[in-house]
Amino acid sequence: MSSSSYDVLVIGAGMSGLAAAIRLAMYDKKVCLIEKHSISGGLNSYYSRGKRRFDVGLHALTNYIEKGERRKPMSKVMKQLRLPYEDFKLSPQKQSKILFPQHDLSFTNEIEHLTQEVAESFPDQIDGFIQLIEKIKIFDEVNLDNEYVSAKEVVKNYLSDETLREMIFCPLLIYGSAWEHDMDFSQFVIMFKSIFLEGLSRPEGGVRTILSLLETRYKELGGEIRYKAAVDKLLCSNQKIQGIRLKNGEEIIASTVLSSMGLPETLERVEGHEIENMPRAGKMSFTESIFHFSFKPKEIGLEDTLIFYNDRPTYHYACPQGLYDSESAVLCFPNNFQKDDQVEGVIRTTFMAHYDKWKEMDKAEYKKEKEKMAQTSLRLIEKLSKKSISDPVFKDVFTPTTVERYTWHKRGAVYGSPDKSRKGLTPIQGLYVIGTDQGFLGIMGAMLSGISMANLYGLMKESH
Amino acid sequence: MEKTEVRQIVLDIIADIALDEDVTGIDDDKALRDQLDLDSMDFLDIVMELKKQHKIEVPQEDYPQLASMSSCVEYLKPKFEAVQ
Repeated sequence: MSSSSYDVLVIGAGMSGLAAAIRLAMYDKKVCLIEKHSISGGLNSYYSRGKRRFDVGLHALTNYIEKGERRKPMSKVMKQLRLPYEDFKLSPQKQSKILFPQHDLSFTNEIEHLTQEVAESFPDQIDGFIQLIEKIKIFDEVNLDNEYVSAKEVVKNYLSDETLREMIFCPLLIYGSAWEHDMDFSQFVIMFKSIFLEGLSRPEGGVRTILSLLETRYKELGGEIRYKAAVDKLLCSNQKIQGIRLKNGEEIIASTVLSSMGLPETLERVEGHEIENMPRAGKMSFTESIFHFSFKPKEIGLEDTLIFYNDRPTYHYACPQGLYDSESAVLCFPNNFQKDDQVEGVIRTTFMAHYDKWKEMDKAEYKKEKEKMAQTSLRLIEKLSKKSISDPVFKDVFTPTTVERYTWHKRGAVYGSPDKSRKGLTPIQGLYVIGTDQGFLGIMGAMLSGISMANLYGLMKESH
Repeated sequence: MEKTEVRQIVLDIIADIALDEDVTGIDDDKALRDQLDLDSMDFLDIVMELKKQHKIEVPQEDYPQLASMSSCVEYLKPKFEAVQ
């Protein structure tokens, strides 16, 4: 069988894979992007039902900047990929809320707003909060040599009030942590900066806008992309990567492979080398109910962009005991960004979920539980709006098994393995990890991961 | 090759990399990093563009030579002359 050969293969046409492939194609590497699905996006993708268009993943884009702002992750991504600011068509958030039983804190894209909220609700904590912000501002969170440190231990030194700590951690954990209960301090800083210091926005048109920018850029550069190409094995000899074999048996040769499949997902496909200490599959997965209504959320009094809801004194960021945890949730209101580009009212409700429990059900039971969960979500919307609402005109639900089916992330773990490879290294020479398991978080983090790893292992390696 | 030509080449590359930056007022003797939004990733791009567009190789240990516009011109001029 004849086999094709490339300088670099990039596995997965999600945010990190597309960004990495663009960088390599920019500097004339012979690169091929391999995607198992029929469209791009990975964990941040899209689909249509009838005339309705849906986003998967992206609630809001973090790391918001105004045009011309410098030295921020988003400006780095735009420069490295040569994408102009305007093309992202960013519409900033209005205001979001962290809702706990005793307190609520709202935040906007101006950190002063949150600081003021903390000062009002937790007056004895404000000095510590301001010091924490100062520490975060000067911390070099993307230094690849950083040690793994418990963020909760560090933050305790600044905030003695447990409720405030839990409230600050809540959005940061649920938007990125592969660990239960806690996160690595570098990742905490990445998330704190990207959500509280920089802020949230939505590209007009949703995730498609970003994906189409990336795909267009890559194709302009002559980059090759293969859809419906599922990787079966990563071929190694003498601990060096040689190429890949697709499910259809085709072999593709390359001396460098950048994989966004996830660390365990990548290593378990290695053929020709015994991997010791297999990284763990992540435990954090989610369900999401997407509702379209004939009214806009603001008409029932819901004007926030995001609501981080928690009905317990502390925040249980962990795989729940049951199918899902209805006592905490994230609600996303895509209409409530500064520009509302949608005809219908849309509300997305996310719960933490237990992969095994969803996996083990038979079809009929699965369907029934999905419906029950949708009803729970609707009741939560009513509770928050304090109004009874008419039935949605459309609803769709996905579960951890849906995530696994489309993304191949084991157990539907959207933030990947709790074991990260910060430098992208694997036991195999020439095989590197990009994306969520390299450890930069969010959509901007994923793109930065792809860019940094492509620079380091695709472009700089041979130039010296 | 004239110094002004080398300067223009570098300026064009920087303008391509930093799309949103105004490169017309650069002070040649000050560090580029202090005047423009350029980080180590961008310096890598200056090097990559020199190689791609002009076949000029800048080894990693020489990156500090690219700190200011005048040091860029000083360092790159003989390299441009060598590939001509």
